[in-house]
Amino acid sequence: MSRVLPQPGELPEVEVDPSALRHLADAQMNVELDTGDMVLNIGPQHPATHGTLRLVVRLDGERVVAADPVIGYMHRGYEKLTEFRTYPQITTLINRIDWLSSFANEVPFISAAEHLMGIEAPPRAQYIRTALTELSRIATFLLFLGEMGLQVGAITPAFYGFRDREYVLNLIEAVTGGRFHPNFNRIGGLKDDLPWGWISDCRGTMDKVLESCDEFEDLVAGNPIFQQRTRSIGIIPPELGAAYGVSGSNLRSSGVDWDLRRDAPPYLVYNELDWKVWTHPDGDSFARYWVRLQETRESARMVLQMLDQMPAGPVMAKVPRIIKVPEGEVFVNTENPLGEMGYYVVSKGATGPFRVKIRSASFSNVSILPWVLRGVYIPDVITILASLYFILGDIDR
Amino acid sequence: MSHLLALDVGWGTTLAIKTLIVLAIVPLTALILGYVFLLKMMSHMQSRLGPMDPGGFHGWYQLLGDGIKFMQKEDIMPAEADVRVFALAPAIVVLSTFLVFAVIPAGPRLVVQPLDVGVFYALAVSSLSVIGVLMAGWASANKYALIGALRAAAQLIAYELPLVLAVVGVVIQAGTMNLQGIVNFQQHGELFGWGGIGFPLILTQFIGFALFMVAAQAELTQPPFDMPVAESELVAGYMVEYTGFRFLFFFIGEFGTAFAFAALAATLFLGGWATPWVHGTAADWLGPLVLFTKVMFVAFLMFWARFTYPRFREDQLQALAWKWLIPIALVNILLTGALKVAF
Repeated sequence: MSRVLPQPGELPEVEVDPSALRHLADAQMNVELDTGDMVLNIGPQHPATHGTLRLVVRLDGERVVAADPVIGYMHRGYEKLTEFRTYPQITTLINRIDWLSSFANEVPFISAAEHLMGIEAPPRAQYIRTALTELSRIATFLLFLGEMGLQVGAITPAFYGFRDREYVLNLIEAVTGGRFHPNFNRIGGLKDDLPWGWISDCRGTMDKVLESCDEFEDLVAGNPIFQQRTRSIGIIPPELGAAYGVSGSNLRSSGVDWDLRRDAPPYLVYNELDWKVWTHPDGDSFARYWVRLQETRESARMVLQMLDQMPAGPVMAKVPRIIKVPEGEVFVNTENPLGEMGYYVVSKGATGPFRVKIRSASFSNVSILPWVLRGVYIPDVITILASLYFILGDIDR
Repeated sequence: MSHLLALDVGWGTTLAIKTLIVLAIVPLTALILGYVFLLKMMSHMQSRLGPMDPGGFHGWYQLLGDGIKFMQKEDIMPAEADVRVFALAPAIVVLSTFLVFAVIPAGPRLVVQPLDVGVFYALAVSSLSVIGVLMAGWASANKYALIGALRAAAQLIAYELPLVLAVVGVVIQAGTMNLQGIVNFQQHGELFGWGGIGFPLILTQFIGFALFMVAAQAELTQPPFDMPVAESELVAGYMVEYTGFRFLFFFIGEFGTAFAFAALAATLFLGGWATPWVHGTAADWLGPLVLFTKVMFVAFLMFWARFTYPRFREDQLQALAWKWLIPIALVNILLTGALKVAF
């Protein structure tokens, strides 16, 4: 099919805006230089994906046309495994879901079982649980604060992050005996009381954490290049984020004032503490960094308060030797470092649950990736991934 | 030493000696920078010690171990690779480093080849490495390598301009492109009629120096301009498929070039080997030491930035070059020219 082009003489005389002509020339140029899209596999073995997340990215030059996260490379079938274990055994499993803040993982599951059994842990145990949960939050976020710098290209903050996190992990280790997988919660309380001298050690470390937060604020958040790389990159609108099930700091960075520690039915001792929920209106990568930085500080302050208010008393309630959970169903969700973590436990009265559904934060947080990665540059893919902060174990369970 | 330098040997022997010296110096400088900055300074900045146990002062044997390790590694060639281009690429990258060293003077008489167009030559051959980088990226048959190579090409071309323009001010002031001539100008120059410390050109060309350092950092693809090798995105960019000895070549090229650029900056702006009040034979002896000290100082600045800053995105990096560095460099040239005519 051939089109008859008008001859030069036949063209009608019209006023043409010169800028439109320039756009026309650009458009023509783009058609001439048009190249096919390139499909790039980021991961499953890639330094930026914190493990085995695979992103199939379709690229037009450096620009992402479409991104498709492929998950499941680390699926361990924990929901099924829980059906064959007793309640005390399950804590070792769920330790390994979000391995950076294992202690925080244990809490919702244990409290679900306690709800069903009608047991309540003694106040001191509640306080220690809360303190350790906040300590694991600090450890997780300190790693993030450094790691984010690394993903944006600065090597040094990552080492500071690891160094300061180690101080906090030492505290957790001193109480529970494990740096990563404490397995310390028992139905009805805790395995042990705090060791001697721990409270004063913890005070010193929290001061250090507050100092290092200032350092991160100067070194990373205050850096003009860092701001250039993260501001208005990867914006998640609040409604969309909520619709995708994004939770935790990621949603608070979009300006949604929602924190389960405050808004869920009261759990642990959060309502006895004086603290604040931080939000940021922007919803970009920088906001996510900033909110986590503030939350690290807030958590350190909360721990300091808890150390002052810590009640005396036993750390274990009276529980039967063999734990059998009465028939029933319960859903307990808590505010974990990565977002909302929930366990739906169905019990048929046996020593182990009939079915456990795990609602992990990273799974929903990552589900927004195809939307948020569309149209960004490759370097931004990495900063957005880093700022969403997910743990592969938390996605794949 | 002076009589040795004045030794009358045939041109063939001289050439052989000079070539040997350059061949020995490039890996040596790369090792020195690698040890002092990459292993030690970086470690201490990151509140760790770096390798301490391998032996020697602060574990410097680690370098030998690393070198031997690279030689032992299997030389893997990707199945899809363009074999000859793949093999040649690291050699070209290192070659450009070798060539720069040929014109950098280390003393009044210690220079491999005092070219009259020394500045021009040094900057020209230093940009040869981009060909090697492109070859490496293309021949690797790897998408990451290709993206890295294209980024490198775009970046090296963009920053070549501010690099050259930053030096023009120096050339205008010294009135020569010969590096030896520029050093002599700084040694014997007078500062408003006072020749006490000579005339290090950084005093007037501080803008040029800053521009040169920024552009050199980009030419070296070091952070904050390390988009081409961006570890968190492209794994290792154009080097991703290289192993063993070929990778070592890239490593030597990277650090050797860092040393070469630091030496150029020291020569052009800080007076090179020149020390005030030291002339003649003493300068022959002192020259290399003084130059080395200045080079280490400049390299310290480079690596300091490297270990501190996050990296720019490609478009921001281009914007920095075209919208800021080049206009500033042009203004600097204009000002220098006007002042040269005025005074």
